[in-house]
Amino acid sequence: MESPQTPVLGSRATVQAPADVGGLASEGDEQPVTTVRPKRGVPEGLWLKCGGCLDTIFRKEAEAMLNVCPKCGHHWYVSARQRVAQLLDEGTFEEWDAELAPTDPLGFRDRKPYAERLVAEQRRTGLTDAVLTGTGMIRARRVACGVTDSAFIMGSMGSVVGERLTRLVERATHDKLPLIIVSASGGGARMHEGILSLMQMAKVSAALARYSEAGGLFISVLTNPTMGGVAASFASLGDLVFAEPKALIGFAGPRTIKATIRIELPKEFQTSEFLLEHGFIDRIVARKDLKSEIARAIDYCCSGWSKDSASS
Amino acid sequence: MARGLHRLPLERPIYEIQDRIAELEAAPVGSAEQEEIRKLRRELVEVQKEIFAGLDPWQTVEVARHPDRPKTSDYLSLVFDEFVELHGDKSFRDDPAMLTGFAKLDQHRVVVVGTQKGKTLEERQACHFGCAHPEGYRKAMGKMRMAAKYGLPVICLIDTPGAYPGLGAEERGQAQVIAESMFMMASLPIPIVCVVIGEGGSGGALGIGVGDRVAVLEHAYYSVISPEGCAGILWKSAEHKAAAATALRMRSADLRELGVVDAVIEEPAGGAHRDPRQMAIRLKTYLLKSLKELTTEQPDDLVAKRYEKFRRMGQFLETAAS
Ligand SMILES: [Zn+2]
Repeated sequence: MESPQTPVLGSRATVQAPADVGGLASEGDEQPVTTVRPKRGVPEGLWLKCGGCLDTIFRKEAEAMLNVCPKCGHHWYVSARQRVAQLLDEGTFEEWDAELAPTDPLGFRDRKPYAERLVAEQRRTGLTDAVLTGTGMIRARRVACGVTDSAFIMGSMGSVVGERLTRLVERATHDKLPLIIVSASGGGARMHEGILSLMQMAKVSAALARYSEAGGLFISVLTNPTMGGVAASFASLGDLVFAEPKALIGFAGPRTIKATIRIELPKEFQTSEFLLEHGFIDRIVARKDLKSEIARAIDYCCSGWSKDSASS
Repeated sequence: MARGLHRLPLERPIYEIQDRIAELEAAPVGSAEQEEIRKLRRELVEVQKEIFAGLDPWQTVEVARHPDRPKTSDYLSLVFDEFVELHGDKSFRDDPAMLTGFAKLDQHRVVVVGTQKGKTLEERQACHFGCAHPEGYRKAMGKMRMAAKYGLPVICLIDTPGAYPGLGAEERGQAQVIAESMFMMASLPIPIVCVVIGEGGSGGALGIGVGDRVAVLEHAYYSVISPEGCAGILWKSAEHKAAAATALRMRSADLRELGVVDAVIEEPAGGAHRDPRQMAIRLKTYLLKSLKELTTEQPDDLVAKRYEKFRRMGQFLETAAS
């Protein structure tokens, strides 16, 4: 990958299609979307270039705005750790199941062995896999919280992501905690773990069914990008579904769809705004408002359920 | 018997023998010819066995997609004593790629849900080659909910390249409907038996695949992504589909080993399309055996065991917390 002097945030980086492409992809399914180059995480340097307005932005200023462009409001990539810091009260996050680590159940190799890919991704992102889970406070309300990171193999769900999320949901059920999952997963179900990745969709969904029966509140937050098997499982199962503005959200990759139906897709196709219009999202929430909007929803739904919600 | 209209290259030796038998039978048959025909028939069985025992992963995909392979609609007539189709999704439109209805299986009254590929070109196009739209999954969900209300077991027959990737499908919530269907199936208080009869294409298959028993036919496949799609993304070219099919470990024996399916239903010599009746008998035997085991369970136990079944899936390392 090139390393420009001014790192490009929210550039027209390529994002791989979700794993769940419906079996009709005929060729490489890459599609330009506005996002950070996840391959590099958040680049170092004083100045950043916005992929939304192409302006050069002072890095400190963008960070103060939670990685949103101060000029055009474009929502840039945030890592799972940054997201946790943005969403939870300072110093309250306690990570769960950090000791789970991915393995290579299929002995999978494409142009590169999966085992090597995992090590490289871990080194580059500082994560063991594509999700962080744990508990913390949102304006003094205790929650169970999971965040996927699109920088780790496209934020795709393999066994570890599925297991961590399932344990998170089970613990939220047991401890009667509101549940927040922030998705940033362009990769859907992770191809490198084959059918086991697909089964994680059923596993997490089944845990969410139990959680729901127990009366829990699940707020699913969709961010850029949320595709394939992630969109087609937990991310769509929120009692409330919020989305950040202009995120790419959908089932099949746009290129697969284009190859199948051979017509031009509408400009807003598979954006948060498109999903809102078609009735699949409750609210589009700007990043700066996410914390207070979640807190408010918890107050509406959970005063009688959660053990220690909204007591302040 | 396969009609032989669609000949896979891997099946060529089989068709050669069949053609020779047909030739001999067409002419006046003496005792020498009869002996020759008998010999050829024995050879045919051996060749079929040999070819189908040695299928490589990509060839398995070809067999699973064989145009002559029995479809959901074939099994509906061959396995069940009666099928009463119920169409309504009560929301948008009737999706022919998803067949749902009442069916009788010996003494059992059940609800069947199955993806349908269609047989004629016209049907295939109407079914989008087995790719259901959101309204198809909503129809399936509605019928499964009804089954739960009246205590009827559900049989799901899965044969799809995947859920349809299109504009309307996205507009009507393809992702949401698959998620919701799995969510719902996880807690239905009735027995659910799922069988992948051909293609088990990713989320589109799993959307009707959360059951107490999950089986695959011997030469079916079940995968997170199509080999072409996987090759396109990871190898940057669909030409590497055979390598992808191998890497994905999507065949029946792999699925059994990975703990994803409970049973592999053996196919007749030369594949299900050579003897749909025999295949239907074996499928029926499996369904009856599964229903016998499941109908004695308490609904709460069924749901709890179904949860545990999927809960165990996946492989990861768990190091001691430091
Ligand atoms: Zn900007």
